[in-house]
Order: sequence, then C-alpha cells, then structure tokens
Amino acid sequence: MERERNLRILVAKPGLDGHDRGARVIARAFRDAGFEVIYTGCHQTPEQIVSTAIQEDVDMIGLSILSGAHTYSFPRILELLKENSAEDITVIGGGIFPLEDIPKLKAMGIKEIFEPGAKLQEITAWVGENVKPREGIGA
Amino acid sequence: MNIAEQIVAGDVRATARLLRDIDDQIPSARDILKELYPHTGKAHVVGFTGSPGVGKSTLVDQIALRYRQDGLTVGILAVDPTSPFTGGAILGDRIRMQRHFLDSGVFIRSLATRGHFGGLTRSTNDMINVLDAMGKDMILVETVGVGQDEVEIANSAHTTVLVTVPGMGDEVQAIKAGIMEIGNIFVVNKADREGSRKTVRELRTLIELGLRRRVENGWEPLIVETEALKGRGLEELYSDIQKHREYLRANPQQLNEVLWKRARNQFVEALRDQTLRTILDRLNNRGVSLDALIKMIMNKEADPYSLVHEILNEELR
Repeated sequence: MERERNLRILVAKPGLDGHDRGARVIARAFRDAGFEVIYTGCHQTPEQIVSTAIQEDVDMIGLSILSGAHTYSFPRILELLKENSAEDITVIGGGIFPLEDIPKLKAMGIKEIFEPGAKLQEITAWVGENVKPREGIGA
Repeated sequence: MNIAEQIVAGDVRATARLLRDIDDQIPSARDILKELYPHTGKAHVVGFTGSPGVGKSTLVDQIALRYRQDGLTVGILAVDPTSPFTGGAILGDRIRMQRHFLDSGVFIRSLATRGHFGGLTRSTNDMINVLDAMGKDMILVETVGVGQDEVEIANSAHTTVLVTVPGMGDEVQAIKAGIMEIGNIFVVNKADREGSRKTVRELRTLIELGLRRRVENGWEPLIVETEALKGRGLEELYSDIQKHREYLRANPQQLNEVLWKRARNQFVEALRDQTLRTILDRLNNRGVSLDALIKMIMNKEADPYSLVHEILNEELR
C-alpha cells in the first residue's frame, strides 16, 4: 500500500530585507504542488534557518534573497548543515543575484538558483524531479 | 547508541527524524516507539485549542518563554491544515515563535493535518510520547483549530486550554456544545478589544450552568483575559495551568482519570491504525486493489458492509 509521504520544504528569508512577497508566492506554489511548506518569516539568521530545518526534518531549504546577503548567508548555511551532519538537505536559492555569483554558489553546493522570471511551474517541477522524501531511519 | 537511546539522550536530529517517520507511517517507527514508551510519563501536556486566528501560536510562544524562565524544557507541536485538493500545506505557526529557534531547550515541530489516507489518523499521541521520552518537561500542543481536533486534544492533554476572543458573538454558543466540557482553562485573548468583559461573563454563565455536573470533580474551569502579543495576562495563565497541574497531583482519582483516558486513547488508536494498516497491506499483497473495491461500492455492485465482512472473515481467520 502506498505510504503517505510528503516532501517537506523550509522556505526561509535570510538577511535584513523585509520583502517577502516572493517567498510567500513560492511557499504557496509549493503547497499547490502538494508539498508541506514550513514558512518562518523574514530576517532569519543562518543559525535559525538550520536549526529549524533540522527540527522540522525538511528535505529541502528554499532561500529567498534580494539584498545581496547571499555571499555570507548561503555558505554559512551550508557550513552549519555540514556541522550538524545534515548536508543531505538540498538547498536552493531564488531572488536577485549578480550573474558572476551564480556559478560560485553552485560550486559551493547550492543545487539550483532561480532568478527573476523563473516560472513557478518550472521551480516546482525542478523540486519534484530533484528532491525526494528521505527514507525511514529504520529500527 | 541506537535511535531510541539517542532520543532519550535528547538528540534533536534523531527525534526530528522519528517524528517524520511517524508522520509518514513508516513501519519501523513503531519499533522505536515501543522502546521509548517506558521513558514516557514525565512531561505535562497542555493542549491549546480554539478557532483559527484567536492567537494560539502567540500564546504558546509566550507561555513557552515563561517556562524557559523557570528552567523547564519545552516541546511544541503545532498543527496547520493540509489542502484537501493538493495534499500540500503551509505551516506558519513558527512565525510567532522565532525567539525560540536558537534555544536548545525548546523543540518545535510543525505538523500538517494530512489527508488521513485510508482512514488512518496521524497520531499526535505518538509524537507527544517522543517529546516526552526526549525529556521535555512541558509539551504544548496547538491544534489546527477546526472540527474534531478540538475535542480529541482533551484525550491527549493533561490540561486543556480553550482560547477565544471577544466579539465573536455566536462563538460562545458554538463553544457550548461539547467543547465547553473539555476546557480546564478558558482564555479570552485580544482582551483589549471591545466586549472582552462580556465574553468573560458569558463564559462564566455557561460554566456555572454546566457546573452542577462537574462540581463533584472539584475543578471549576478558570477564565483568564490575555493580550498575548503584549504578554498581558500571561503570568495569570501560567499560574492557572500550574493550579490545574497541582489539582491533578492533589487528587489522585482525577489524575487517574486523565491517565486512563490517555492510555485508552493510545491503545484504541494503535489498535485501529495497525489493524487497518495490516489488512490494507495484506489486500495489497493479494493483489486486491483498494481502488477497485471503492469503485464497486460507488457503482453499487457491492455494499461496504458485506465487503468488510468478507475481508475480515478472510484476513482474521
């Protein structure tokens, strides 16, 4: 019998900008795609984001950012995930990034970056294909 | 250390993963729950229920802060609804609880109601047990705030807090049926709004009307006005919860009733879920499709009662 398995996704907004329209729209799109979305609001530090991701046992973290703070927050989040042996959690980003930063972010372990103009369908389809609910921990 | 031992030692990752496995109904989760059960029974479970938007998350956030000041550790389970159309959910209760994110003494888990696929319920009781075994002193459960959940929480919690707000008019009327009986403490939140006193009076009248039946229990439900955002009334709510806890301690018969209710609820739930799961799995293994059975019933080629009868005869021989 088919088990009920939902992808769990944390949509988080690191940094100081308070414009979370994009984050809310993507949270809603993920919900409509059948995912469980944990949404925590603006102004999150990397420490708060990783702590939440672990307590909520998410499969993916989607980071929304417009402020340019990604150069600090993205690597810090990846580092903290590693420290907590949680590097199996997929991390993606969405928002505004200088073009030259994108390959750097991907090289450090951000799985995908979505820029303005990316279609919601495109993003949810990417997640559905690339992120799977993890296996049970076993007895 | 195996997973159960890690959880008893307070490991956050192991706890988080087991909660996921319980939610996803992975069979091995049961084996870990078996190991954890002897470690449960120490936490005090407080359920917060009431309509959406009355301020349950904010109250839970504030009261958790108060328990932290006492040095008590806190586990929070916050439930939000699953979309019946897509199966997805937005779980936003954490927005009000940000100050606890970096406190290792607070564990917060957001839960979706999910679809109860095949009639199975997602077991809040199992999750409470995990947080209890993990060593949390206080477990705060915030219900989704609609429907059956509101009454069910009283079977899981030691103390049930019913939250309402002024000026909802028919709200108090709606509370009357059934729900009135489960509240040990009533909170009128957003008490700065007009009509707060009136709501308190109405609640008091309803409690007194229902009291004749309850007076032998010795616990008269308390009413407290709060403004959760500003922290007003929180000290009083905190002390009311303490009072109820002490009341249970001082009245073994009442405490026993609560413990009995919880144990029975857990057993019946486990029995129902595992029986159903086993039978559905066996049908699946025999190549019987659930969808085909449902279709027969829908098309009136069979009735549900005969089908169940047949299946039980076959599977429970």
